[in-house]
Amino acid sequence: MSQALKRKLADPRTGGLLGLAAVIAVLPLFLPNNFYYDVAIGAGLSAIVCVGLNLLIGYAGQISLGHAGFVGLGAYSSAVLTVEFGWHPLAAMTAGALGVGILAFLVARPILRLRGHYLAMATLGLGIIISIVVNTEAEYTGGPDGMTVPSLMFFGRELYGEAVWYWIVGAALLFTVWLSLNLIASPVGRALRAVHGSEPAAEIAGVDTAHYKVLVFVISAVIASLAGSLGAHYAGFVSPANVGFFRSIELVTMVVLGGMASTYGAVVGAAILTVLPQLLTGLEDYEHIAFGLILMLTVIFMPRGLVPSFFTIARNRLASAGAPPP
Amino acid sequence: MTLLKVEALSREFGGILAVDSLHFEIAPGSIHSIIGPNGAGKTTLFNLVTGVYAPSAGRVHFEGRDITGLAPHRLAAMGLSRTFQNLQIFFNMTALENVMVGLHLTLDRRLGAALFRLGGVARKERRARDAAAELMRFVGLEAYLDVDADAMPYGALKGLELARALASKPRLLLLDEPAAGLNPVETEEVAGLIRKIAQSGVTVVLVEHDMRLVMGVSDHVLVLDYGRKLAEGTVDEVRANPDVIAAYLGSGAAGGTHGA
Repeated sequence: MSQALKRKLADPRTGGLLGLAAVIAVLPLFLPNNFYYDVAIGAGLSAIVCVGLNLLIGYAGQISLGHAGFVGLGAYSSAVLTVEFGWHPLAAMTAGALGVGILAFLVARPILRLRGHYLAMATLGLGIIISIVVNTEAEYTGGPDGMTVPSLMFFGRELYGEAVWYWIVGAALLFTVWLSLNLIASPVGRALRAVHGSEPAAEIAGVDTAHYKVLVFVISAVIASLAGSLGAHYAGFVSPANVGFFRSIELVTMVVLGGMASTYGAVVGAAILTVLPQLLTGLEDYEHIAFGLILMLTVIFMPRGLVPSFFTIARNRLASAGAPPP
Repeated sequence: MTLLKVEALSREFGGILAVDSLHFEIAPGSIHSIIGPNGAGKTTLFNLVTGVYAPSAGRVHFEGRDITGLAPHRLAAMGLSRTFQNLQIFFNMTALENVMVGLHLTLDRRLGAALFRLGGVARKERRARDAAAELMRFVGLEAYLDVDADAMPYGALKGLELARALASKPRLLLLDEPAAGLNPVETEEVAGLIRKIAQSGVTVVLVEHDMRLVMGVSDHVLVLDYGRKLAEGTVDEVRANPDVIAAYLGSGAAGGTHGA
């Protein structure tokens, strides 16, 4: 293999994307029925949200404990605007994303001036408010019972069924990962990482830290909203069950487990923590405890998360394998 | 023409004036030092000038423009940069990336171009890497280009801050204790570097405790004590000033040995 090709394949933007595309392409061979497809689609949708959330948490070093709220707003925008107002699903999805973007922008400036615990509390509160609204505005949202959502139409064809949605979500995930990798490999991404590294140093280097914190918060919220809309059309149903605080914690756990400041880590974390509860169905009552435990153990024993730790170990192995024997 | 003008600048912390109605001017070109005993208000002064703190009273002018209370990123855009006494390094990046952040304002910062990798982002990034590498060579850090910042020794990190500050092409560079924690050999290297930076047309102001460094490189010295100006002038003038000697060595020592 030529050196240039090797280097291209080692680059996360080409080699990594090809790898992810290959996994998505081959995975259906191992999915015996619709139940497995459903789990895979759920993992893919969570992964999309986590790739966005990782930009905020992993790269920019900010925290959000309310991201399930943005997913929920996207889902409910698609549901309410199509059912109650007869909008086209794509228009509803776009409007939802725009609305969430504006909401995130409006709350971001005051919220992101807060640091650490205060920021966590503020986003937590925002998520809870959203959860309460979808629960209580039953006239539009169906309240705790939820509401049905019509199928997504694409050039007159109804997009329906697990096999179709698998490819839609797979393509959306690839696209999101591509955007995230591009962003991180640009001056904007470097500015986000600088905000994480040292705000005083970022500022004096000319980085408008307030601007970039608001920007990444809005981007991650919009991605969450779009994933929420997709999920609503796929399931044909929305309910407040997945809008609450615990879902937000799950999303954060996925990012932390997979590896902060790693786009592929967010995907791996989302996949593992979506599949794991399916393997441990007997422990359903203890799911929240399990997630809390995983979060704690990761932070204590593997603070950089699965994917970055794996690559460090692999690189060290390669280096020692290449070195002459002592 | 003055580059930096500080007028009646004060900053109070809990009833104590860390900087007390301070007046001074910095002429363009050359190397200026601000010295004074611990707690004299030197770092507070830097933080006031660079927008980290807002002053309780007074104004700061840079190149004739009032910059009082402007955010640091605005000052960076106007040509003012600094380093920090307690290092502020991006430990989540490589050394080269640290310097590339310093190039931020010269790069393509459009979100659309970044997300979709349009407008020659890849080519511009390569050019930025080259420019950052050039700056690292300038400060003598060519051995650390792709080293993670958290794996670098302390002395190298001080140089890295300098390279990052220079990347924003400042006309005024404030150095907060560039020699703190360095051994005599490293300090001598820093002195050479400061001269080199000044020769390239950047006005340098340093806060420093290492008197050999201060006396060796400074064209002009400003002495602070209790937040007020005690003396200013050339190195020799300041050295001979009885007030300065008293402040450093205690009253009664005036007229004693030179070179505190």
